[in-house]
Amino acid sequence: MKPGSQPTRRTVLKTATAGAALGTLGFPGLLRAQAASIKIGVLHPVSGIFSYSGTQSRAGALMAIEEINAAGGIKSLGGAKLEPLLADAQSKPDVGAAEVERLNEAGVAAIVGPYASAIAIATTQAAARHNLPHVVDVGTADQVVTRGLTNTFRFSPGVSTIVNFGIDSLVRINDAAGKPAKTVFIVHEESAFGTNTAKVLNEELPKQGFQVLETVKHANPTRDFSNIVLRIKAANPDLLIPANYYDEYVLLTRTLQQQRVAVKGVYSILGGGASSYKFVKEFPDAAAYVMDCNHWFDPRKAAALALKAKTEKQGLFFSYEVFLNYNAVMYLADALERAKSVEHDALNASLASSTWDKHILPYGPTKFVNGQNTGARPAITQVLDRDIKVIYPNEFSSGNVVFPVPPRKT
Amino acid sequence: MLEPSILLPAAINGLTMGAVYALIALGLTLIYGVLHIINFAHGSLLMAALYGVFFLYKLLGVDPYAAMAVLVPAGFVAGYALQRSVIGAIKPGRDQNVLLITLGVSIVLDNLAVYFFSGDTQTIDTRYSLEMVNLGVALVSLPRLIGLGAALVFTAALWLLISSTDLGRAIRAVAKEPHGARLVGIDVDHIFAMSFGIGTACLGAAACLLLPMFYVSPHVGQVFVLIAFTVVVLGGMGSFTGALIGGLLIGVTESLGGLIFGESAGQLAIFLIFIAVLLFRPTGLFGSRLS
Amino acid sequence: MRMALVIAAACAVALPLVVTSDFWLGFCITVMLSTLMGAAWNVLGGYGGQVSFGHAAYFGAGAYTAALLGMKLGVNACVALALAGAAAGLVGLLTGYLSFRYGLRGSYFALVTLAFAEVLRILAGAVDWSGGGVGLYVPLHVGAANLQFASKAGYYYVALALGAGALLVGWAIQRSRLGAWLVAIRENEDAARALGVHTFACKLKAITISAALTGLGGAFYADYYLYIDPGIAFGPGVSVEILLAPIIGGLGTVWGPFVGAIALQGAGELGRRLLGDAPGLSLVFYGVLLVVMVKFRPDGLIGLFGRFARQRPAHA
Repeated sequence: MKPGSQPTRRTVLKTATAGAALGTLGFPGLLRAQAASIKIGVLHPVSGIFSYSGTQSRAGALMAIEEINAAGGIKSLGGAKLEPLLADAQSKPDVGAAEVERLNEAGVAAIVGPYASAIAIATTQAAARHNLPHVVDVGTADQVVTRGLTNTFRFSPGVSTIVNFGIDSLVRINDAAGKPAKTVFIVHEESAFGTNTAKVLNEELPKQGFQVLETVKHANPTRDFSNIVLRIKAANPDLLIPANYYDEYVLLTRTLQQQRVAVKGVYSILGGGASSYKFVKEFPDAAAYVMDCNHWFDPRKAAALALKAKTEKQGLFFSYEVFLNYNAVMYLADALERAKSVEHDALNASLASSTWDKHILPYGPTKFVNGQNTGARPAITQVLDRDIKVIYPNEFSSGNVVFPVPPRKT
Repeated sequence: MLEPSILLPAAINGLTMGAVYALIALGLTLIYGVLHIINFAHGSLLMAALYGVFFLYKLLGVDPYAAMAVLVPAGFVAGYALQRSVIGAIKPGRDQNVLLITLGVSIVLDNLAVYFFSGDTQTIDTRYSLEMVNLGVALVSLPRLIGLGAALVFTAALWLLISSTDLGRAIRAVAKEPHGARLVGIDVDHIFAMSFGIGTACLGAAACLLLPMFYVSPHVGQVFVLIAFTVVVLGGMGSFTGALIGGLLIGVTESLGGLIFGESAGQLAIFLIFIAVLLFRPTGLFGSRLS
Repeated sequence: MRMALVIAAACAVALPLVVTSDFWLGFCITVMLSTLMGAAWNVLGGYGGQVSFGHAAYFGAGAYTAALLGMKLGVNACVALALAGAAAGLVGLLTGYLSFRYGLRGSYFALVTLAFAEVLRILAGAVDWSGGGVGLYVPLHVGAANLQFASKAGYYYVALALGAGALLVGWAIQRSRLGAWLVAIRENEDAARALGVHTFACKLKAITISAALTGLGGAFYADYYLYIDPGIAFGPGVSVEILLAPIIGGLGTVWGPFVGAIALQGAGELGRRLLGDAPGLSLVFYGVLLVVMVKFRPDGLIGLFGRFARQRPAHA
């Protein structure tokens, strides 16, 4: 946001025009609302066990708000700027719910957050009591959008979509390579997304001709993967499918590297570090050729690359929390523009009817059914040349899949 | 699954992991043995030490093992100060209050770390982090083997300290009978602080040995703290040999139990052992005397 | 004194009419929930002197029982609440039996309760039928019979009833022979036994009552927040939160848990307001406040209220 006299004059002219337009449309009341800002609740777990994801999420949301304001705010509301009200869910559902109440009483038009599914259940519930619009940034559990709440919206995909897409893509990749992979070893974390992923994999993979050799569940946190890696070594699978959080992912892949375990491919589904720039930077050898079915951005869009550069300039890694939150706020801003109002009902209706396509994600056409964007889907990435490339869907791809992976250089 | 080719490496993995537990438990058992307080802040202090090792490596290029020369004395000073000025400075005899204070300290430390280091998980990559030693039956990671050796060395060193030095004698006296010790002229508060300091110095060493094979984040302390308590109870509160043997036993049980019965079963086994020891032999394997 | 109580009760009941802010009503609900479980813990830890680090075992038992009865068997929520309390009481009885039968006291007792809670946490994560690691999403069916209310006031009254009930139980115990025996056990168990007190039976009664009340809190949590998982139900953080209020407020006093609950929830909220924008600092504030509260009021904050601190304080 640049200080200076020129923007001021332009703003005056803009407001005057907007004012005239609004006046002719018969909404003189809205003129008075021009100077007011639109408060947005930015609620994330910036302390507690999810603190890293929480701070990344917050950074993404704030970048979006800043850009919107720099571009003139919500034009249909007289250039009203978005004002972020920050809140910390402390990685606990009860604190998240209490913060929703506080934000509601501070007069927010909507809530963006709270990253984690467990917290999202509580916060969307609390917001629903006031019909307060709540855009869920990540929160992949299916239950987030299947409780019939008319105030809850998720632009990004849920775990079922992600897992099913992952299986379809795996079949395609395997077929295209001449079906080198038949046996699969699954390692998953014990909570919602890991368990659900493993369950669906065990149901669907055999139908596609894969044999699941073993499914191993591990705790959060797990201190040591040596034994799990021993089992992987003994089972000698073609493909390893991990689904876990970052810390455990790091330990697992490092241990695989240490124990010189070679598989034809590591294909993660919601892998904690599999499509993480941080992981690639810090462990290029362990990360090489790893595939992931996860949230990703559209590498063809200049805006996405610009956001990536901006994020990295701040010294942060461009992780999914950043671009999903950026996107969630942009989606919300578009809904505000179309609603021309900050009233809950109007905004909820606008969010539900959104067909916003100016996003930076590799999705199909935007359409909301019961609060879920049906166009949302993950992407398949692979770590190639120390960078993360999209290998599927083809229209977004920026690299060619390497499968089976070449033998590890010892 | 149960062939020797897997069982043996798993058992060795358990031993090396158990050595880590032992290292962390050594300080805890001393603190309990002398001050009779369950130190809730132990995990957070470990986390602080790990960050110390991490920054020494990242900013000054100091090798983690060499960093022991810094972390051990620093840990000692920090622990001494903490006990003297915060934990010990309340009226004695109110155990639950001491607990709450250590709890408060741990909340403060954990969240200062979140504030300063932003919840990010950090690892270091030294030349030898991925080195493996071929023992024939198994490939063991070098840092873990070093950890095993260090656990043995530290246990012996602490045992020597307690049994053969004047300080050790004073500590034993205070542990056994604080009032009597005061009567014969021992500065009990000073000894309490010394003991706490030695306990945190052990954590400093443990951190140096742990970082090459693990990671550091503001929550890393919570990963080890309950296991450390289990080891202390199993080995006997106040016994160093107990902490060592207890740690190794827990490590092997967790490893083999997890391998044969599943990871949850491995975790369960640890706590069932914990309960069994408390019920049937509360003084632990080696009794709760300072040795 | 009686007059003050009546006025207090009237204020408590009339509160939702005055306090219309959902946020502050929510705060009051959290305070009453904390009071309920703090008072429960106080029965065993304050009066009985048996410090438990594992009350999450009873909280979680209550939460899971209530959630599962409702979800799998369609049991009415109010009935489920009562059954949850009973189930938690049973868990308390079992853990108490094992611990006391083998003579565990002091730190050993504290540690074994911690272990029991951890065992339940691991089991809850391993058993798929009850949700496993995924947890249980309690279905949203708004209706008083389901203990799910459209407005916060409904939840407030339930929480108020439970919290006040627990304080009443504390008061009743304090005036009863069981209370006197418990205090005797707390001050010197062997002497008490020598004087003819049935220490084993008394401690068992205390732990059962304590567990049952805590279980009610768990059941309420499940109906209020609509999601539980092994960590939320049985985690060590839960045990710590439960014991903070009565110790800070004043062990072995009737109003201690309530005073402690207000102080702690207030400290947490104050921290969030002052420092909420900076990650972690609000909790640093909370931790510092905790240490300060313990240092300056080692007998509990109730000491600030003079005569309420009478009657069987922690240390005569």
